[in-house]
Amino acid sequence: MSRYDTFHPFARVLHWLMAIMILAMLFIGAGMVSTLAEKHATLLAIHKPLGMIIFVLALIRLGFRLVHRPPPLPADLPLWQKLAAKGSHYVLYGLMIVMPLIGWGMLSAGKYPVTMGGGFVLPPILPQDPALFAWLREAHRYLAWLFFLTFLAHMGAALMHGLIRRDGVLKSMTTGN
Amino acid sequence: MQDPRNPRPPSGLAWRWGVIGLAVVGAAAAFGYAGGWLTPDRLSPKKIVNVLQANSGLHPGYRRNHAKGICVGGRFEASGQLAAFSEAKLFAQGVSTPVVGRFAIPGGNPQAPDSSAPIRSFALRFDMADGEQWRTGMNAMPVFPVSTPKDFYDLNVATAPDPATHKPNPEKAKAFFSTHPETGPFLAWISQAKPPASYVDETYKSLNAFYLRDNAGQRHAVRWQVVPETPSTGDGGPAAGDTDYLAADLQKRLAQGPARWHLQFVFANDGDPVDEAAKAWPDDRKVVDAGTIVIDSWQPQADGPCRDVNYDPAILPHGMEISGDPIIVARSAAYAESYLRRTSEEGHLPGTERPKEAQ
Repeated sequence: MSRYDTFHPFARVLHWLMAIMILAMLFIGAGMVSTLAEKHATLLAIHKPLGMIIFVLALIRLGFRLVHRPPPLPADLPLWQKLAAKGSHYVLYGLMIVMPLIGWGMLSAGKYPVTMGGGFVLPPILPQDPALFAWLREAHRYLAWLFFLTFLAHMGAALMHGLIRRDGVLKSMTTGN
Repeated sequence: MQDPRNPRPPSGLAWRWGVIGLAVVGAAAAFGYAGGWLTPDRLSPKKIVNVLQANSGLHPGYRRNHAKGICVGGRFEASGQLAAFSEAKLFAQGVSTPVVGRFAIPGGNPQAPDSSAPIRSFALRFDMADGEQWRTGMNAMPVFPVSTPKDFYDLNVATAPDPATHKPNPEKAKAFFSTHPETGPFLAWISQAKPPASYVDETYKSLNAFYLRDNAGQRHAVRWQVVPETPSTGDGGPAAGDTDYLAADLQKRLAQGPARWHLQFVFANDGDPVDEAAKAWPDDRKVVDAGTIVIDSWQPQADGPCRDVNYDPAILPHGMEISGDPIIVARSAAYAESYLRRTSEEGHLPGTERPKEAQ
């Protein structure tokens, strides 16, 4: 097989590491805003630094992808599925980068300390503004839903490639062959 | 979705689609559970804020509790005495930290008369030099009425105004208090309490217990209180019929000079309840004076710097930690919900009331 038929091992490691982190983030986010039990504080304390780690990894991953092009989709894949695959990847990459920035910006607009743990605080990236806080807070919520729905489509499509079409697309991100 | 050109159509197609469907539906259901959509009976921040809003009426743009207040500004000057017990930098000797404060009365009605409840509150945000913050909302009362978020919710349901009389139904309130004996100390206090005529003369307490963490990693369970230094001028209190005397009194006092409080930390003995805000600690506990809070300016809350502050008691600097007291986290979660509602109204988000149109 040519080296274009699979993802670079570094890309595969980043993909699965970030898959776990992002899925954890979405569940932590949904849980922490709906509970007033003690775990609310714990979840909040994880959510902020984990979001920043995802942001940094997403930039590394995007940069790596630009110099290591992913393998092409199967030539016989219907056009609508090719477009859906391409579109959903734009959405996933966009959200990986935009969601942490919205979270950081929203805390800045609310003049909250952006705590990373151990007394380390990130500087604000936006001025204090309650209306801006509210817009960003709601954007964070609805984009998180979009993130989760896109994840479901992504996972469903990957399983479809692996179980129904068996065309090597899922393998290109797992075992690599 | 099988490709007709695929030379080897997989066997067990139904089973394969079943696995895919199960994975997608299972993930969606787990997410729904995490978000609370599958357990609508679970007590949520929304429910707590809804009951407060229902009891006081909707006042767009205002806090859902402690809606009537006034902004104050000043600083905290550390004595250095607490530095041995907490590595938080604001307690180091000689450190001066600016504060954005707010005095308020309880309830969600921003037009309520000052005498409507005998409780006053004092909230502070300490803005530390390195970007860390400490936020605290304190009340002038000895204990919290209840010790769990569920009981707080039930208390608000039990004391909701009756639609016919606009007053709480005494039977329902009595039924709640008789089945919640932990409310005894609070009820004993409030039956004697008189609404004070000044914010300045009050002692404000954290009510919830927290932990200090020292340089060696040791935890110390504490509650804190700010105790006034300024002796009462005692000018006879408000004129009859004056419903806004607290703000006027504060302005008059601050025109004469800064008001000062001592920030005192009360240390628990072994066995003192750390997770129960309805239980007081005995009076003989060790007290450490962390320094002086100096308040020297005020602004109306409509455009003052405290308006857009969420005085979330779980926002603590490194060297201070929440305890297992469930009220702290519930306050944090409910304040966040209240903050989102009032900033959404300020921001004219779709589906929210507009502050100016509602007047």
